Amino acid sequence: MKMPTFTYHRPATVAEALAVLASEDDAKILAGGQSLIPLMAMRIGQPEHLVDIGRLDELDYIERRDDHIAVGALTRHAAAEDSALVQTGAPLLAAALGHVGHRAIRTRGTVCGSLAHADPAAELPAVALATGATFIARSTAGEREIPAADFFQGYLDTALEPNEMLAEVRFPLWPDRAGAAVVELSRRHGDYALVGLAAAIDLDDAGTIGGAALAFFGVGSLAVRIAEAEESLLDKTPGAEAFAAAGRIVTETIDAVGDNHGSAAYRNHIAGVLTTRGLAEAFDSIGDRV
Amino acid sequence: MTDTPTPALRVDPGGRIGVSMTVNGTAISTDVEVRRTLADVLRDDLDLTGTHVGCEHGVCGACTVAVDGQPVRACLLLAVQVDGTEITTIEGLANPDGSLGPLQQAFHDAHGFQCAFCAPGVLITTASLLETNPTPTRDEIKAELSGNLCRCTGYHSIIESVETAVRLTAAGAKSTDGGDEEASNA
Ligand SMILES: Cc1cc2nc3c(=O)[nH]c(=O)nc-3n(C[C@H](O)[C@H](O)[C@H](O)COP(=O)(O)OP(=O)(O)OC[C@H]3O[C@@H](n4cnc5c(N)ncnc54)[C@H](O)[C@@H]3O)c2cc1C
Ligand code: FES
Ligand code: FES
Repeated sequence: MKMPTFTYHRPATVAEALAVLASEDDAKILAGGQSLIPLMAMRIGQPEHLVDIGRLDELDYIERRDDHIAVGALTRHAAAEDSALVQTGAPLLAAALGHVGHRAIRTRGTVCGSLAHADPAAELPAVALATGATFIARSTAGEREIPAADFFQGYLDTALEPNEMLAEVRFPLWPDRAGAAVVELSRRHGDYALVGLAAAIDLDDAGTIGGAALAFFGVGSLAVRIAEAEESLLDKTPGAEAFAAAGRIVTETIDAVGDNHGSAAYRNHIAGVLTTRGLAEAFDSIGDRV
Repeated sequence: MTDTPTPALRVDPGGRIGVSMTVNGTAISTDVEVRRTLADVLRDDLDLTGTHVGCEHGVCGACTVAVDGQPVRACLLLAVQVDGTEITTIEGLANPDGSLGPLQQAFHDAHGFQCAFCAPGVLITTASLLETNPTPTRDEIKAELSGNLCRCTGYHSIIESVETAVRLTAAGAKSTDGGDEEASNA
């Protein structure tokens, strides 16, 4: 199994990288390579041009700004996982990263690469949906912002144009009195999930549920939020009863797609179980932070 | 940004490129076709066949090596991507005279492997775990090694070997510290 041939580009600046994307047909960014190289090794993907952004150190950052945590295009999963800024400012992202493959994958794979790849079984797209992240797409024509709800369009498909780089993703600063959990069922630790959930919950002053986000992955061609279940939690007292009720709504509503790893009915059921479990874990985590 | 930015580079299909790296302490400069992986170069060009190649798509972990101290899949990296880095392969865990290094010896003593196809990845992964966490729990060992498939052992002997290595290291540290702690732990 050997890689197909390609033209290799190693730009020295972001502008050069964008110029190659603009001028060449069928050019792909090579970030961590943890999804692209396997696809090429299996000859599922054979891009004509690879644009290696691995030396563009200016894209490797995690910054806390006024209302968000910004993660640059070359920030590796492992760097984000180890970052105190991410743990305090974007705890749902922090909770997800330990589930992404194995450490030896996370030392190379990038947060933005995972989002741009948009695998429906991946954790980070669900985190972006649940938190309402903003995507910064850059091309030679300039920059535009894409909300998470519009970014993911289908199986391995995003709103990025072929000439655009995902330059940065912004996770809104985590509110006080809010909890985060990522729970999933996978065959082995580190595998892609059969079904997974990125859950966030926040409490209002009275201690009842002020908001909830439930984003599922591994259930179809896209990560999905289940608004009916989220709304069912509003103004409820956090606890087993409300969480189980939300789980039942998820099982009834989610309409997962089955495959040879698990039927649709099985996945619907597991999504409900994970809801109850994930909400409890998210609620428990509030104490850790307040 | 660095002061001396890497110059822009373009290599046409089938083209070759010079790559310099330090492998197990030895500086190496070689010329590789741009589509070849680090695993290819280590095994085929540098004759470091201790790094094993199982799946060639990141799943089995046999090819794991350390790049600048971090475990990575050598099958998922183009050699050109590691230009300028320091690499440690399984050969680099041996003592300078070629005898087994401490971690290798612990696996040997605890009968960690059967066929040992998985050994290079397991050992490099374990070495990097112990570097950041010298006394991992059993669960931490399992989580860290979850990316290394072994077809033979059922993993118990591997986990026990890591625990043996941890014990031996702790015992070694204690004997150089002096005996005070031993009394209080007894
Ligand atoms: C064994 C194994 C297990 C894994 N398990 C999981 C898992 O459990 N969960 C999970 O989420 N992922 C998993 N992954 C995938 C991993 O998370 C990848 O790192 C990630 O999906 C891609 O990031 P990358 O930086 O490696 O991107 P690359 O592989 O370099 O690129 C992936 C795709 O995104 C494009 N791209 C990359 N960066 C940008 C950018 N800035 N702008 C525009 N396009 C871009 C590329 O052109 C390519 O099409 C696993 C991978 C392996 C090999
Ligand atoms: S050969 Fe690299 S992970 Fe299997
Ligand atoms: S000992 Fe044979 S694969 Fe691990």
